[in-house]
Amino acid sequence: MSPILLDVLRVVFIFTGVMTLVPMLVLAERRISAVIQNRVGPNRVGPMGLLQPLADVIKLLFKEDVMPNRADRVLYSLGPFLAFAPAAIAFIAIPVGRGLQVADLSVGVLYVLAVTSLGVYGISFGGWASNSKYSLLGGIRSSAQIISYEIAMGLSIVSVLMVSGNIHLGNIVQWQADNGWIIFYQPVAFIIFLVAAFAENNRLPFDMAECEAELVGGFHTEYSGMKFGMFFMGEYIAMIVMSSLLVTLFLGGWDPVFFDLPEGASGTVISVLCFLLKLLAVLFFYIWVRWTLPRFRYDQLMKLGWKTLIPLALLNIVLTGVITALLHWNQMK
Amino acid sequence: MTEENGKMTQGKKRSWGFLLYLPAVAKGLFNTLLHILKLKGHKTFTVQYPEKRKEVRPGFRGEHRLKIDELGREKCVACLMCQTVCPANCIDIIAEEAPWDDRDKRPRTFEIDMLRCIYCGMCEEACPCDAIELTEKLYTVSTSRAEMIYDKEKLLSN
Repeated sequence: MSPILLDVLRVVFIFTGVMTLVPMLVLAERRISAVIQNRVGPNRVGPMGLLQPLADVIKLLFKEDVMPNRADRVLYSLGPFLAFAPAAIAFIAIPVGRGLQVADLSVGVLYVLAVTSLGVYGISFGGWASNSKYSLLGGIRSSAQIISYEIAMGLSIVSVLMVSGNIHLGNIVQWQADNGWIIFYQPVAFIIFLVAAFAENNRLPFDMAECEAELVGGFHTEYSGMKFGMFFMGEYIAMIVMSSLLVTLFLGGWDPVFFDLPEGASGTVISVLCFLLKLLAVLFFYIWVRWTLPRFRYDQLMKLGWKTLIPLALLNIVLTGVITALLHWNQMK
Repeated sequence: MTEENGKMTQGKKRSWGFLLYLPAVAKGLFNTLLHILKLKGHKTFTVQYPEKRKEVRPGFRGEHRLKIDELGREKCVACLMCQTVCPANCIDIIAEEAPWDDRDKRPRTFEIDMLRCIYCGMCEEACPCDAIELTEKLYTVSTSRAEMIYDKEKLLSN
């Protein structure tokens, strides 16, 4: 098989996988929230409500595409795509199975961080271009929040890189397969990363950009139809990307814990299933947290980011450095 | 919540206190987990509406009914007590002479405007012959305003 065809196959496989996960997630979110709140949830469309996301999409497609008066037409249309595309692009560097990723980047961690943080442009463009005060506030909050939490997230990843000695995502997973999951080496970094990931994705308890109680709908107040749908999908894809990164960096990626992978194609399939299982567990955790915790106030959010997470991450880096130096004292002399 | 103004010191010493949130967060997560596993609060209050309907309590005041006596005649003697007492002014009775010996009048038309009715039950209380009562029928549905004015036949069959 020619390498180009193989690449195309990989893109199709991974992209369709992600795009199939999105409606499943939306449905899971609604059903789990219903169970938590002693409700039933959508159960009418299809068996057990399984076709509900399809009905949602059809409804969104047929809705009128409203553009507010005096909205910035270009930016208003660009916003949803900017929220959607970077999230989808970021996924190419994630190793979803042994040797299975679209692009084998040597700086995978940096690439994913760089591209996911582009997603905030979509939100702030949407908020700015809508010509509505609620949207604007949501957009501004979102940018401030993501700038603050990007730092904490980056710093927490630094300590992961120090432990594994790698910046190549595939090698980090391989290191974990050999030495055990990084969460056991870096529990503090894991918690910081987790909190920052919630903030990065604008998920509760940090959904300052939406804030339906105070900002109507935040940045997507004025959006309707499929443009809103793009924001919605982008949010869920960003969630999947962040969870994948979390699984890759801390939970051993595609590595099955209890046995060694067999050689050849069957090993690849098993590794993909392992990755998917871990991914779904993390995504379930996302939903679970969302329906448990109330929203942080904006100043609490900022204080948590700047005054707690960043110093904590720095301290963690220093400690990791000292311990690593002590462990390798003999080699250094 | 700034720390300079001195009054709002609520968050002053809490910059590291975020770590204290974590046990509370874990507790909350455990609580919702119990709900997910149906170990807690397993009673679902949702009624699957078109298939199942909510049962009303005894004494519920729904749509009106005109009663029939043992001879198959309507009990109403068109005394207009209900029409007089009705606070929403929704009952409209036109009387005619009754063909029977035990009463002077009977209603020729008996109309209740269900759009105006406030379901207070005063008509039921005022009626000297126990001829009108409020049933437990909850779903008052029609496709036009005209249909919402219930006539005598509708009320007798209710």
